This record gives sequence, structure tokens and C-alpha cells, in this order.
Amino acid sequence: MSKPLVVFDKIQKHFGTFVAVKELDFEIREGEFLAIMGPSGCGKTTTLRMLAGLEAPTQGDIRLNDRVMNDVAPHERDTPLVWQSLALFPFLTARENVEFGLKMRGVDKAERKERALKWLDKMGILEFADRDISTLSGGQKQRVALARSLVMEPQILLLDEPLSALDAHLVIRMQAVLTDLQRELGITFVYVTHSQSEAFAMADRVIIMGKGEIAQIGSPKDIYREPANQFVAEFVGRNNILSGKVALLTNDTAHIATPSGDFTVPTNEVRLIEGHNASFVISADLVHISLSDPNDGNKAQCKLISEEFVGSMVTLFLEDAQGQEFKVQMQERELSKFDLKSGAEVWLSWDTASAHVLNES
Amino acid sequence: MKQSRSLNVILGIYVVLVFAFVFAPIIFSMIFSFNSQRFPTIPLGEFSTEWYQKVLADPDIWKAARNSLIVSFSTALIATFLGFCTAYSDFRYNFRFKGPYLALILLPPTIPLIIMALAMLAWLSKIGMSGQLYSIVIAHSVLTAPFAMAVIRLRLNQMDPDLESAAWNLGGSEWQTMRHVIVPFCKPAIFSSLFLTAAVSFDEFAVSWFVSGLNSTLPVVVLEIVQGNIDPQVNAIGTFVFLISMTLVVLAQVFFASRQMKSIKT
Repeated sequence: MSKPLVVFDKIQKHFGTFVAVKELDFEIREGEFLAIMGPSGCGKTTTLRMLAGLEAPTQGDIRLNDRVMNDVAPHERDTPLVWQSLALFPFLTARENVEFGLKMRGVDKAERKERALKWLDKMGILEFADRDISTLSGGQKQRVALARSLVMEPQILLLDEPLSALDAHLVIRMQAVLTDLQRELGITFVYVTHSQSEAFAMADRVIIMGKGEIAQIGSPKDIYREPANQFVAEFVGRNNILSGKVALLTNDTAHIATPSGDFTVPTNEVRLIEGHNASFVISADLVHISLSDPNDGNKAQCKLISEEFVGSMVTLFLEDAQGQEFKVQMQERELSKFDLKSGAEVWLSWDTASAHVLNES
Repeated sequence: MKQSRSLNVILGIYVVLVFAFVFAPIIFSMIFSFNSQRFPTIPLGEFSTEWYQKVLADPDIWKAARNSLIVSFSTALIATFLGFCTAYSDFRYNFRFKGPYLALILLPPTIPLIIMALAMLAWLSKIGMSGQLYSIVIAHSVLTAPFAMAVIRLRLNQMDPDLESAAWNLGGSEWQTMRHVIVPFCKPAIFSSLFLTAAVSFDEFAVSWFVSGLNSTLPVVVLEIVQGNIDPQVNAIGTFVFLISMTLVVLAQVFFASRQMKSIKT
């Protein structure tokens, strides 16, 4: 595709005896929108701060444009960061905030002003240029913070959970602003978040981190449909995870015996051994529901426990006789055909190809 | 409703009494400074500016006033600079023995003034630096730097720690960041500290008296006059000193309060 802009080469980061990053080995491609996602404490913010030079790696090299960055001071890098707290300067106006980086770089006054106003205009907040930061709303502050970083015209923009303080409706709007900006400018975005919806909505590639390591790198679709292991499957959520023993191996499928029954799964590239433990997932939206026994194929009889509405989508929570939980996601208007009550008995089924075997880790 | 109103009245009277108790001596001193009689007795004599004229005509008092202004101005600058540096080192760095370090810095105001004054005199004369105007500046800087540090530290604690990193991230070196982010953020506290330390130094008597030698400041001159005889001149000087320190303290409060207001707003 394109050449790597940033390389993390066997990066480790320890804080005293605490290991924040165990080992990171990955590349950031030029012009991509990369999201780094994981639960809190997984090392994702530390990773971003190392790239900005605010933390030094304990071991390994970070290279930007083939230059080793380990000993480059933060102010000598060109890696502007959009902060979770925004970190706008409260004693400056919106325009002065945007001008700050240019001023530090010695750009003269007239050019500074022109470039700052251009970016405030681009972000749609030109009218607030001379307002104090404290008088702006959350969304406006967010745009000032973006303008302050982008005015530097960097090759790469770092974003540390920038939308976490905004109201839900503003988050959706800012997501559109960010993806549009990234396409238009063609610069690399590295976006750290704990929110799956933000990462999946915007990123070209997603890195899932857990406990200071990369659990999976891939496109949002890869990660959603084909989680590499149980950690990713659980973190991504809305997945049905079933565990059992490999009963029978054929060329490209395997039978896995679980307490809830025997299921057929495609083996993909995962190496399975007969008699060993194996787990697989089925995305909640690939499970079908019926009132009568579907006879053959992968099926499970369940009792409806509860349902959850998110707009037009419904997630059903079910349980079979063995206590295995199932989740099914479907359109609300589809569900209404069944007229289900809590405690209703239904059959679940899915295509063999929908199942995805996990690497045992 | 009725009960709370009577309670308010009682509380109001209480506040007035407290203020009366605190300020009565000063107000009496002010009144007697305009009294023609030599002894502070009631009924008062005629209104007179005699004592002020006498004070204004006295070159020793002029000299003392000049000394006081020089000392308090220099002290304010030095103490605020020291206070800022220690407050920033506390904000920015974590190091071993930080607890004891901070305790030591905040210690001087807890030492009884007379002990402090004697220690200062002994030390300064040992190294041949006593009896000069700068001796008072040194002693007062030691005494007031903790106040400066406390005021500025309070302000720094309100700062988002990401602000400094954000300035580096945008290409500011450590010194540029200090100049364009840390100092502007602390500006209200720096002014507040300047006025506060100036006021403390301007009023201070015990330490000044011990280390000043022949370079008396106003409070020292007042004592020298009172030691000799009863002279209403001291009332005139007292009024002047009081007005100056009150102005400084009020200014310090104005900066302090406007800062609090702003931090509530943001």
C-alpha cells in the first residue's frame, strides 16, 4: 500500500516495576487513519505519548521517516497532539491559542495571524477568534484544539481520546469532521480511544491493545468478524463465544463439542488438534432466530432473558439450558414479527461460515 | 423567616463588634494623630496637623521611610522570585525527600520572630553582612518567601498539568514554555505575592530592629521615638504605615480574588 511513516521496533516501557508496554512492534502507514483501542490501562495512551516524545521508551526504537526519535526532545518533533483535556491555554484567546505553535517556531506575526484565521475558518469558528477560551462551548473548544494542532501542518496528527468529554450528538458530528479532515488533508491520524464505535466508525486500521501488548491489528471489519483471540472477541462485544473440545477434524471444518451441543466451524488458518480445547465466535448479527426447530445445521434452543434497544436495532439476550449466554442483534421491525415475551423459547441457528475459530492464547 | 432575620441582626452586630475590636486601637491612633494635645486623653483637644508637620520636617523619618520602601520593594522581588522557583519545582518534579524539602521551605514563619531575629543577627555579623540595608532585605526575604511560595503554589495547583506538555508538543522549548505558559498562568498569583510580601516586610519590626544597625526602617524609628518619650508623632507615622500596608494587602487580595473568580468561571 504505502510506505511506513512510523515504525515501533520492539518498544518496551516500564514505570519503575510497572510494565506499561510489554512489547510493541508495528508500523503506521503514511496517510492512514489508525485507531489504537483498548481498555483503560492497556498502554494505549503511553504508546501515543512515546510517539510525541513525552515518554521515553525503556527499550526499542521509534522511527519517524526512518529517523530514530528516541532522543529527540518533544519540542523538536513535529507530532502535534490533541489532548483528552484539550489543554487549551486559558489566558489566551482562541486565535492566540491557534497561533501558539507558530509563535514558538518563530513565524512572524502577520503570517501567524493569517494562518490561524484560515484554520479557525476551516473549522467553522472564525467568529469566535477573539473570544476567551472560557467563553466557548465544548464543541467550539474541541475545534480550537484541532485548529491549534493542524495549523502546524504536520505529517502526522496524534489524538488522545479527544471526543470523550463531548455529548453523544456532538461526538457523531466531530467524527464526521475528523474523517473529512483526514481525507482532505491526507495526513496520518493516530487516534487513541477506548470507544469501539469511534474507532470502527473512523479508522482504516485498528490496533487492539490489552495489557501492554497488541492483541490484533486489522481493518474494523476484520476485527469485528474475525477476532484473533478471546480477549479481542470479548472486548469488541456483541459476540457469542462458545468453548469446547475439538471432536472431529475434516479438511476445512471442525466439529467442536460444547456443553450446548456440537457445532461445525470453518478451521480457517487456525491449527486445531483433536481432543484439545477450542473456542469460536459468531457475531450477534449473524445469528438467526426461529420459533420451530430448524432441524439441521448449527442450532441452540434458548430462553429469552431481556432485550436492549439502540435506535432501530435490538439486541436480544438469551440463555440455553446449560446457562450459555447468547446475543442476537436484529432489526426491530424483523423482531416484531415474532412477538416474543420474556422467557419465550426460541431456536437460534447460524451458517457454518459465520463462525470464526479463535487462537488459543 | 422572622427567626432567621433576628439571627441575621445578631450576626451582624457580632461582625461589627469583631471589626471594632480589631480596628479600634488603629482608629484611636489615627484620631489622636490629629489631636493638638500631647497626651492621648479624652476629651480631645483641637484638630491639628502639628504632628504631621513635625514628622514631615524630620529628616530621620524621611530617611527611615525611604529605607522602608527600598527594603520592602527589594524583598518583594526577591521573595516572589524564590517563592516562584520553589513552587514550580514542587509542581514539576518528584524527588526523594520532597516532603522534608517543602517542610523546610515553609518553616521560617513558624519560628518565633525574636529567635529568628537573633539568629539572623548572629549569622549576618559572623559573615560580615550585618548592619546594612541589604541585611534587612536578606532577612525579610527569608521570612516572606514562604508566603510567596504558598500563594504561587496554590495557583500552579489549579493548572492542567497537560498545559506544559502541550506547549512542548507545539514546539516550545522549556524556557519558551516557562515564559509563554507558566508565567502568564501564574501572573495574578505573582502580583498577589509581590504586594503581600511587600506589606509584610514594610510592617516588620523585630528582625529589622536587630539587623538594621543605623539604617532604621519606619517601625524601628517608631520604637526609638516611643522609648524616649510620649510623642504623638508616632500616631502620625502609624497612620501612614497602616495606610500603606492596608493598600498593599488590599491589592494582593484583589489579584487573589479576581483569580478565584476566573477559575470559577472556567
